[in-house]
Amino acid sequence: MITLLANAGLVDPATGRDGRGSVLVRDGAVADIAWGAAPAPPEGAAVVDCAGLVLAPGLVDMRAFTGEPGAEHRETLKTASEAAAAGGVTTLVCMPDTKPVIDDPAIVDFVLRRARDTAVVNMHPAAAITKGLAGREMTEFGLLSEAGAVAFTDGTHGVASSQVMRRALTYARDFGVLLMPHLEDADLVGDGVMNEGETASRLGLAGIPREAETVLLERDLRLVRLTGARYHAAMVSCGDSVALMRQAKEAGLPVTCGVSINSLTLNENDIGDYRTFLKLSPPLRSEDDRQAVIDGLADGVIDVIVSDHNPQDVETKRLPFAESADGAIGLETLLSAALRLVHDGRLSLPRLIGTLSGRPAEILRLPAGRLAAGAPADLVLFDPDEPYVLDKRDLRSRSKNSPFDEARLQGRVRLTLAAGQIVYDGRGKGRPG
Amino acid sequence: MASPRPIYPHRHLLGIEGLSPCDIKALLDLADEAVEVSRQIEKKKATLRGRTQINLFFEPSTRTQSSFEIAGKRLGADVMNMSVASSSVKKGETLIDTAATLNAMRPDILVVRHQAAGAVHLLARKVECSVVNAGDGAHEHPTQALLDALTIRRRKGRIEGLTVAICGDILHSRVARSNIILLQALGARVRVIAPSTLLPTGIEHFGVEAYTDMRKGLAGADIVMMLRLQRERMNGSFVPSVKEYFRYFGLDQEKLSLAKADALVMHPGPMNRGVEISSEVADGAQSLIQEQVEMGVAVRMAVLEALASHLPNG
Repeated sequence: MITLLANAGLVDPATGRDGRGSVLVRDGAVADIAWGAAPAPPEGAAVVDCAGLVLAPGLVDMRAFTGEPGAEHRETLKTASEAAAAGGVTTLVCMPDTKPVIDDPAIVDFVLRRARDTAVVNMHPAAAITKGLAGREMTEFGLLSEAGAVAFTDGTHGVASSQVMRRALTYARDFGVLLMPHLEDADLVGDGVMNEGETASRLGLAGIPREAETVLLERDLRLVRLTGARYHAAMVSCGDSVALMRQAKEAGLPVTCGVSINSLTLNENDIGDYRTFLKLSPPLRSEDDRQAVIDGLADGVIDVIVSDHNPQDVETKRLPFAESADGAIGLETLLSAALRLVHDGRLSLPRLIGTLSGRPAEILRLPAGRLAAGAPADLVLFDPDEPYVLDKRDLRSRSKNSPFDEARLQGRVRLTLAAGQIVYDGRGKGRPG
Repeated sequence: MASPRPIYPHRHLLGIEGLSPCDIKALLDLADEAVEVSRQIEKKKATLRGRTQINLFFEPSTRTQSSFEIAGKRLGADVMNMSVASSSVKKGETLIDTAATLNAMRPDILVVRHQAAGAVHLLARKVECSVVNAGDGAHEHPTQALLDALTIRRRKGRIEGLTVAICGDILHSRVARSNIILLQALGARVRVIAPSTLLPTGIEHFGVEAYTDMRKGLAGADIVMMLRLQRERMNGSFVPSVKEYFRYFGLDQEKLSLAKADALVMHPGPMNRGVEISSEVADGAQSLIQEQVEMGVAVRMAVLEALASHLPNG
């Protein structure tokens, strides 16, 4: 099958190049790129007119939770992949917080097979750092990565023991695997449910200090210096963490980090009247912190944006704030929400696309995130300016806990291709679906 | 009283560290003779007749203790075994009290194993007899290194120029430390192979080449020396699992084929079959593991004989 995506605004994060051009897709791969005026389509090619739209590599999301195996009522690999496709995400890393936990090569194999048989986008499991996410005994990094685990993380759990973390980093280096821990010191979180500060005090909610994140981050960065392992802080949420990352990068450590789309676009005040869909880990911080992580993203200290997609249902969310589960879905709104940074003049479009596709692919050592001949034809075509109001009934995710419900968004996915196949088509629709 | 320089100029054997290549060769030559004695029907010599040898083991060890016992008996000594219930709370004072008590019984040779590095040296300073280190913590196990060297030398005819790969739990291994020093003293090239979690910090300053990829580390090796991995270290603390350890660091026939075709396999025992070594290799034609046990008795006879010339009233 041959498709010519003609006259789009192309964005190639690998080279930073953007401008008018066309992309020829053949047999699931990008066959050719023509910058400038569209070439004549080859015989038999389907032509998609992309005038006024942006064509970029499909997004690569390094952090998404699914419910499969174990909590299929919240999300399956299939529904997560459909939500991803609707959001322009063509590759996602699914977290090991499943039942059973992805801490055994057989579970990695199960997820890969289920994804192959049911999912419409590329899904790569991340395996646990410690068995059962219990923080005590490290998992089989060698066998798990051979089975297909692309990174190691304890998902929503921080690794509390410094000794366990040191040994894991030491052992990881031998196998060249990537550790991608969540930064949350359970002791410092204590009973905390939102950012510590005035807002929490007024709401009468227990706070989570920034130090619950920075203490672990600083420890980990020192252990990386000791061990030399590849390290990716899953999500930073505050200015202090950005400063630590900046220092570590300037010192030449092999470290990278991500930020949740929520930390970039929302702050603690959005919790308002105890909205549990905004109860997150890390918690939404202050507006100063939000500005600091945007700055960090703009100047490259923060490498990637993640959706931190975490489906929860009414049983876990329709509860008093302190008792409800952490997490928000985010795959479908990832690009629209991230485009706020472009519309606000904080990031250029090529830089944004880099943080959403090129850079995560590079960190994960996947062939995605490029607009080049020979690259997989994982592509997203979107209108960067189209305004809409999110209606959660349109969401494909099996869970509807979006923090952007009824929010005004600007920028909308029109077409998503995975390996050259159309996996989402929102053309000619007032709203997707 | 002028006497010719003794073949072994030390009162104790506390470690390989501090021995000259000449001392080591002298012990190995003596051990060669002891092998012949041990292969006779009449295995008894009179070198230590009337002498008292106490085997003082703070850590249980069937094979090393019996090896020392047989060696002492073949030399005519009266051998007594003392197993002290091992307990981590036993520290300096208790050890020194034990030493004083034993010293008062006027033994001639003390063979000591202790779980703490340096404990045997401490004890040696408190007694008047000769002391043999039968293993102190993760520090040294000199008679194991000597018996390994003897085994290699008898099979290969030399040690100089050989490439010896020591694989496994280097971090906790006294056998590895003693072997590294001895083999380098005699001119071998030593490699260590282990996951980084089982390599001691600063190993690169030991003059060895460190490998975390066993396949690379085994390429071209003349001798592959496997170390035991203790069970409590293979469940996620230092190594994720037995399965993963065996896959990447266990010696099977396939990995052994990367070493030289005439490479020989050694193991200080006791082996964990299927953890660090496959049964096929352990029992295979390239294995020297049984021979090491025989050489153990010979080397310990040689050490006791060498020390005999320094005994008080000797």
